[in-house]
Amino acid sequence: MTNTPSILVVDDEKVVRDSLTKWFLQDGYDVESADSGAEALKRLQVRKRDLILLDIKMPGMDGMELQQRVKEIDSGATIIFITAHATIDSAVQALKQGAFDYVTKPVDPDYLSHVVANALRQRTLAIENERMRDSITSASRAEEIVGESPQMKKLFELIDTVAKTDTTVMIRGESGTGKELVARAIHANSNRRFFPVVPVNCGGLAEGLLESELFGHERGAFTGAHYRRKGKLELADGGTLFLDEVGNISAKTQMDLLRVLETKQFTRVGGNDVLRTDFRVVCATNSDLEQAVKQGTFREDLYYRLNVFSIVLPPLRERRSDIPLLANYFVKKYALQMNKAVTGLAPDAMEQVVQYSWPGNVRELENAIERAMVLGTPPMLKASDLPFQMTNERGRIRTGTLADIERAYVTEVLERNRWNISRSAEELDIDRVTLYHKIDKYGLKKPS
Amino acid sequence: MSGTIHVLNGSGVDTGALGATVRRLHEVFHAAVELHPFQPDLTRVFDPSRSQYHSSGVLKQMLDDLSAHGNPADKLIGLVDVDLFIPVLTFVYGEAQLKGRCAVVSTFRLRNELYGLPPNERIFRDRIEKECVHEVGHTYGLVHCRDTECVMRSSTYVEEIDLKGSLMCPACDEKRRGLMSD
Ligand SMILES: [Zn+2]
Ligand SMILES: [Zn+2]
Repeated sequence: MTNTPSILVVDDEKVVRDSLTKWFLQDGYDVESADSGAEALKRLQVRKRDLILLDIKMPGMDGMELQQRVKEIDSGATIIFITAHATIDSAVQALKQGAFDYVTKPVDPDYLSHVVANALRQRTLAIENERMRDSITSASRAEEIVGESPQMKKLFELIDTVAKTDTTVMIRGESGTGKELVARAIHANSNRRFFPVVPVNCGGLAEGLLESELFGHERGAFTGAHYRRKGKLELADGGTLFLDEVGNISAKTQMDLLRVLETKQFTRVGGNDVLRTDFRVVCATNSDLEQAVKQGTFREDLYYRLNVFSIVLPPLRERRSDIPLLANYFVKKYALQMNKAVTGLAPDAMEQVVQYSWPGNVRELENAIERAMVLGTPPMLKASDLPFQMTNERGRIRTGTLADIERAYVTEVLERNRWNISRSAEELDIDRVTLYHKIDKYGLKKPS
Repeated sequence: MSGTIHVLNGSGVDTGALGATVRRLHEVFHAAVELHPFQPDLTRVFDPSRSQYHSSGVLKQMLDDLSAHGNPADKLIGLVDVDLFIPVLTFVYGEAQLKGRCAVVSTFRLRNELYGLPPNERIFRDRIEKECVHEVGHTYGLVHCRDTECVMRSSTYVEEIDLKGSLMCPACDEKRRGLMSD
């Protein structure tokens, strides 16, 4: 990597030089140090640096004087001063004379990283981008969204389209349909992929905790808070904030959240500093938000801010043709994880899996396969390895030939949809002509 | 031969709780991992003005005490439960010798209770695991990575440790293989 940013640390104290040099080395920078102003100038004459950290107080030539001399060699030099508390006044003076910023010893590691990153970004935006591109090879890792049904193909297209924008996305779907995977896929294919995707489960936390989770808190904000906590809004800076179960947020937090979405500013709990953050929002819910808005339990303004682009995930029972694909995918996954030579499902097991109604959707299917993988023996999973729930109620086992099963199932779907052909065909994931053929083939009749 | 990774537990965390860390170190570095008790003389590295312990001092003790014996290819990772610092920074979660033999990780700031949150043993163990893999990674010569899920991503807040994974991204793993075969 020839584009690694270079840093020169100038300090007369060996321990400061050494620890900063080490810190920057581990951060992947090209770093050297000098123990005096004269030494620093010598080194800069040989090679300019992207960033120079100067101790403001050194014997001989002090930081202020060195700053002037450095600017004579490299007028565009980016300089950050290192100060002790006692020398803050001179640091402010240095800023007036063109220093980029200053840090006070001992410095908070997070603050140091930010100041350095900001300085470098300002100086060489291009280099920084290059570095990020270099270090990340596969941005959009293949995620566990599996499917070849028309519904899923359409979903992949939607993800692709919306990922390239910075629009707020609302993902709707029953629990277990993989809403978080979709959120991650959107992030992984967006321009924000070099920054984190930060999930927040809004449903699982008490109001006070959710507030601290989102906004962070200052040391001493409440009993037991001995250290500052970084909230999810801050962690998501540059990236994507994924608000799961967004329908469960309390009235107060809804208001706070709305304000952040509008202003991109917030304060930590117990703090005064106004912090800026820049993230994209992807949210998900399986509740009826429209109803909640009508009932007044969900703010209408927040609803409109979140529901800009909506993606609906189909329940598994509406894309049955994907079930064998998914089942085999999970078999492969757990075979690898458990180091078990299972290669697939025996026909009777596959039949049951395809027939079952999967109220818990893909997650339930994955759990069922995982469990069967524990019980089963290679090479194939048997029907008896599957969890017992499949044998009762909605997923009752059908016996007979494939034709018998198909006939029974088509009848069931038609009845459920009151013989609405379009809707039934959609649920069966076949076109209307094919459905008419099947009705004809099995001699099915609409009850009069 | 890649040598053995010795986990020196001076943290008071019970051995059973370090099982995942040991397994993960083995999985990531393909090296034998051994767990030992560890009793560094922390009074020698205590800074009364900061009420913290100088991490470089702990590393030096580990080197002095232990490098006399053992395979030079071995790595030593010390676990302590006191708050560590290096002079320019307010604190560190750990310190490693880049391309060296020793690393130290503090469990002190990894506990939820310190942030006024309910204790969570699973999160605590995950954090130890990630920080150990991260610091050992430095001893093999790996530097920080920008991949948001890579264990070599730098974390300056515990919440950032939680966001990353405990495995190396493909790029870092590739580098690791190169560095370990040198
Ligand atoms: Zn590190
Ligand atoms: Zn990496």
